[in-house]
Amino acid sequence: MTIARDWQLPDRGNVGILMLILTEAVLFAMFVVAYIVYLGQSTAGPYPKDILNIPILSTICLLTSSLTIVLAEDALKHGNLGNFRLWWLATIALGAEFITATFAEWRHLIVDEHLTITTNLFGTTYYSLVGLHATHVIVGLIFLMLVMIATLLHFDIEKQARRIKLLSWYWHFVDAVWVVVFTVVYIIGR
Amino acid sequence: MATVNYPLESAGLRNSEHSVLNILYRWIATTDHKKLGLMYIICMLLFFVISGLMAVAIRIQLAVPNNHFVSPETFNQLFTMHGTTMVFLVGMPMVAGLGNYLAPLMIGARDMALPRLNAFGFWAFLFGGILLYSSYFVGAVPDVGWFGYAPLTTTRFSPGASTDFWVLGVLVAGFGTISSAINIVATTVSMRCPGMTLRRMPMFVWVMLVDALLILVIFPPLAACQIMLMLDRLIGANFFNPTVGGNVLLWQHIFWIFGHPEVYVLIFPIFAIMSEVVPVFSRKPIFGKPAMVGAIVVIFFIGVGVWAHHMFTVGLSALSNTFFATATMLVGIPTGIKIFNWAATMYGGKIRFATPMLFACGFLFQFLVAGLTGIMLATAPFDWQLHHTYFVVGHFHFTLIGGLVFGLFAGIYYWFPKATGKMCSETLGRLHFWIFLIGFNITFIPMHFAGFLGMPRRVYTYLPGHGLETWNLISSWGVAVQIVGILLFVVNIIWGLWKGEKAGDDPWDAWTLEWATTSPPPEYNFEKIPVVRSGRPLWDLKHPDDPDWRFE
Repeated sequence: MTIARDWQLPDRGNVGILMLILTEAVLFAMFVVAYIVYLGQSTAGPYPKDILNIPILSTICLLTSSLTIVLAEDALKHGNLGNFRLWWLATIALGAEFITATFAEWRHLIVDEHLTITTNLFGTTYYSLVGLHATHVIVGLIFLMLVMIATLLHFDIEKQARRIKLLSWYWHFVDAVWVVVFTVVYIIGR
Repeated sequence: MATVNYPLESAGLRNSEHSVLNILYRWIATTDHKKLGLMYIICMLLFFVISGLMAVAIRIQLAVPNNHFVSPETFNQLFTMHGTTMVFLVGMPMVAGLGNYLAPLMIGARDMALPRLNAFGFWAFLFGGILLYSSYFVGAVPDVGWFGYAPLTTTRFSPGASTDFWVLGVLVAGFGTISSAINIVATTVSMRCPGMTLRRMPMFVWVMLVDALLILVIFPPLAACQIMLMLDRLIGANFFNPTVGGNVLLWQHIFWIFGHPEVYVLIFPIFAIMSEVVPVFSRKPIFGKPAMVGAIVVIFFIGVGVWAHHMFTVGLSALSNTFFATATMLVGIPTGIKIFNWAATMYGGKIRFATPMLFACGFLFQFLVAGLTGIMLATAPFDWQLHHTYFVVGHFHFTLIGGLVFGLFAGIYYWFPKATGKMCSETLGRLHFWIFLIGFNITFIPMHFAGFLGMPRRVYTYLPGHGLETWNLISSWGVAVQIVGILLFVVNIIWGLWKGEKAGDDPWDAWTLEWATTSPPPEYNFEKIPVVRSGRPLWDLKHPDDPDWRFE
């Protein structure tokens, strides 16, 4: 039967991860909306314009990691495992740099500026929005490292190219969300 | 010889196949969409009974003025747990259960797209439910209403752990709901059998697809406001703290962005059931299928933009009130299209009034009434008068019982033969329908009048001499009639399982693929993956001289 032979549908993993991204995007949208609604509503300091510094370096790192993960995927597609490991490690390193920078920023805000989630409305919305994103970066990093460990243990990673693609889509999403969070928190909100 | 091990092990498994432990293990560890679907439905029915008993207690308390059947504190817990259970532990597993059991069968697939995620979804839902109910064991039962309005839920007004139980239980169950929604979308997009184009996909699956997409869009807002509330309660954030500039209306907005479309999430599966039951029992293909699909998509889009009609009384601007009132009334148009199309499907058909069709007709009339009172409440000044009265309670119980539960019974009676291989009794089914119909109307019609007379919601008693006694007493007696109806349903199910006659593969002479396999279907659903050429593949099989695909 020709119907059966020519029958092609989208990959179920692709659809699944896209739906996860859709639902996560709405979750972030709610926190972004809350952030924007509460902009300038804080009745007490410290205020964002006084204490926030634009995290340029870590932003560049995170955005670059989207590029390196594509290069890693490409290397895997061509069967070049050495390059795959290299680019994958670079992705992890760039993601880790971002998280370290966030950690340092929070430490500065809490210790030096005395801004916690309870201090005022700005602290509440800032830590929850940036923290929600950082949580997603950490989850992404855990999965990236699982793949790294699997390759180091000579697990046949080439067979998992499909799943690695799904992971990279998630990673791109986390990066894209950062563009929004960055714009709202550090540019509009300052 | 290492290879010998495998057959030996499976032989050992086969020997103990009938031990209780083994059967239990196979249900707990299953990833089969039919077993998970049935487990959803069974849990749903259990929670339905628990939650129904709470409603009985509420009606006993309100039967006469100044009653002291329960304390005010208990009354608050009762309506909170009743609402929360009905929405999250009865409605949501109904969506997931029906979608799980039927969608793969109807599109000619062997399982859902992501079976392990499916199992995770079920257990997350059940764990969320158990977490919510474990509040009874520590004496911290949620009592803030199913909508959990801030600031009532903040630590200042709700100390102790009761609200934490409510938030966490619902949040965890929500993870299950989101997983199953992702799964239904992936299944309908990626698992359709050869020839099953989107145009040929059964109406049921279409509606479940839109329903799953709606879940993916509205459950994150619920999670978001619950996470905000948790942050406020547990580590002292200020989202809903007006003393530092926070706004309690933020909760209402985000919650109703979820909460209003949620009623569409709950009623869509019933639309799905109607769109299968009505054609089969009218012996006609569904009238205007593209318009039906279009209508459901339109409801999806309008539905996410009407939330503030729950908030007319908080004092929004005149412009917002106008916008949300108009948007709400617009929902009447696509819903009207659906009602007219079901009626048009029946028109000129050879209608068989079997039990599923009786319930479908009951749905049609009662859901229409619910829709009309909905349009009334969409008018902002009318809502100012009747907000927080029993008129609203009557309205949404007409949608959720007159609509949802009647439609659900239609679905259960329709697919029971498929899931069990046995038929229910028609006589008991008819009796169940008429008694439940009468009991339902006796209970909920008087609520509209009590509401007009000023009977407030969520207040544990009322004073005599305001004309409320009669209506409340009638309502409460109606519950007794409904209980008889529900008992007849339980008897019918047990009788069907125990003594019901064999159903055969296709007892209703239907047209969708689930009736092409045995009843109950084997674990792999279809021996050979079917290939379809029209929207009614079984019609094509039964009428090779006059197949549908010739006209598509």
